[in-house]
Amino acid sequence: MSSEVARPTVGSKISVNVKPDSLLTRMKKSWVSYLFIAPFMLLFSVFTILPVLISIGFSFTYFNMLEPPTWIGWGNYLRLFLADDVFLIAVKNTLFFAAITGPLSYFMCFIFAWFINELQPKVRAFLTLLFYAPSISGNAFIVWTLIFHRDTYGYLNAQLLYFGLIDRPIQWLVDPDWMMPICILVTLWMSLGTSFLVFIAGLQGISPSLYEAGAIDGIKNRWQELWYLTLPAMRGYMMFGAIMSITGSFQAASILTQLTGPTPTDYATWTVMQHLLDYGNVRYEMGYASAIAVVLFLTMVGTQKLVQRLLNKIGT
Amino acid sequence: MIKRIRKPRLSRSLGGDIGIFIFLGLGAAFMSMPLVFSINNAFKPLNELFLFPPRFFVKNPTMDNFTDLMVLMSKSWVPITRYFYNSIKIVVLGMLGNVIAGSLAAYALSKHDFPGRKLVNEAIVLSLMFASAVTNIPNYLTISYLGWVNTHWSIIVPAWQWTLGLYLMKNFIDAMVPNTLIEAARIDGASEFRVYAQVVMPIVKPAWLTLIILVFQNLWSLTGGQFLYAEELKTLPTALNQISAGGIARQGVAAAITLMMMSVPIIVFIINQSKIVETMGTSGMGGE
Repeated sequence: MSSEVARPTVGSKISVNVKPDSLLTRMKKSWVSYLFIAPFMLLFSVFTILPVLISIGFSFTYFNMLEPPTWIGWGNYLRLFLADDVFLIAVKNTLFFAAITGPLSYFMCFIFAWFINELQPKVRAFLTLLFYAPSISGNAFIVWTLIFHRDTYGYLNAQLLYFGLIDRPIQWLVDPDWMMPICILVTLWMSLGTSFLVFIAGLQGISPSLYEAGAIDGIKNRWQELWYLTLPAMRGYMMFGAIMSITGSFQAASILTQLTGPTPTDYATWTVMQHLLDYGNVRYEMGYASAIAVVLFLTMVGTQKLVQRLLNKIGT
Repeated sequence: MIKRIRKPRLSRSLGGDIGIFIFLGLGAAFMSMPLVFSINNAFKPLNELFLFPPRFFVKNPTMDNFTDLMVLMSKSWVPITRYFYNSIKIVVLGMLGNVIAGSLAAYALSKHDFPGRKLVNEAIVLSLMFASAVTNIPNYLTISYLGWVNTHWSIIVPAWQWTLGLYLMKNFIDAMVPNTLIEAARIDGASEFRVYAQVVMPIVKPAWLTLIILVFQNLWSLTGGQFLYAEELKTLPTALNQISAGGIARQGVAAAITLMMMSVPIIVFIINQSKIVETMGTSGMGGE
């Protein structure tokens, strides 16, 4: 059996003096591996790869979902960058939003997971639930719209007026000066989600013997331990968390829409993803929406490559 | 006191521990707001729900909202148990398929070396970054070509290939399963499937338990949107949304529904987390 199985990279080094097999032979030898990935790959090709390729094709067409798409070449992309002022505002907002929420949510996920991991199992499970609560409780972030309600009955306005810090209510979710900071605050509050859980599970999987050996080798405090032992052991999960933060912060839309409404003042909280949904779901300009998706995709891929380069420096 | 809360570990200072406790305490108070708010809201009588200025905590708790909800549900045209059954069916089948297909592929992608492996790995990471809003139309065409429109398969089968699961499983197998262990199992004559099922999967139990929470939560909140038309096929969130959309007088019932809908993932989460803690206590198997 084992001769037909593709060997892991470590084992393949043994047969150095043998002539390397041709691609076809290697593929034939790997049939078990292909069997393992077959169910997933079949579905993935049909429900993800194919639709994505079709959408990229749509981005070069005018497609209103009623008539067949007509080819317009780079038209959508030219319109995006040369004629669509709102898109440029959205790009500026998205970059600002992502530059703050992306790294901050990432560090929050890791720091909270790291701290929680120091605790006894029962306390840890309870705190994990409390920190994960904003992500698990669906639309419970509506509570923020009550706190930042714009009249004197809003929780925050009422308190500030009571203490005499302001003399009239602040229009939190309508005033362009306040909208973005509030959206960022609420997003960060909801950001202890997938990566947080993955970090906790990952930290628990690190063998205690690693730390004991480290202590003997002269690790003095928790910060040295973090940099030289924990972070290198967590590198795979750190990349996972980075991708979650990138996709989360660049594709933010629904929280912003529900906080500041579908038509925010001066487009102060209008993001690229909202622009995309506006053209795709409201105006039925699928070609244009696809072009936005492609631009957003390329931006995220670029950011991911950059972050990967930074993460490779960990523990050195 | 502090020794009882935190795990005994080397290289830790007392001052740092106290700092961490204060930090975690403040964070927990801030983060638990939605839970506290939703629980309070569900037990508020109508006059407190419409109180202005709104009050955070309930003053005269009542079960009225829940009894109202029961009455409304019993009057439903399709029995409420049917919606519940639909939701459970979608969640369970979708979750099983996702974990199985994802972990099978994750094992091969992590521990086998075969032509095309790099390409597949890259495609999976890239797919996480493409906005799904624009792939809805091609997906609808595929599903309708397969004849799955207005069946539960339209929701269940696409969930089997959610790449998040595979990517998560692959990361855990990379980090937690030593190559030497797999080699040893092969030398003992274990087939590849046995290596996967009896060596790899038990070690990465925390990974698939975490994945179960994430997939459960995603599927539990799905309404079936553009694919399910027949009333008897719709899911619990759809039915409960219909009830709470019944106007301003349904505010109390809506609060009860919110609490009910979020309590199910929370219960799953608690059971699940206790299992993760158990495995960690006993296995002692770590990354090398």
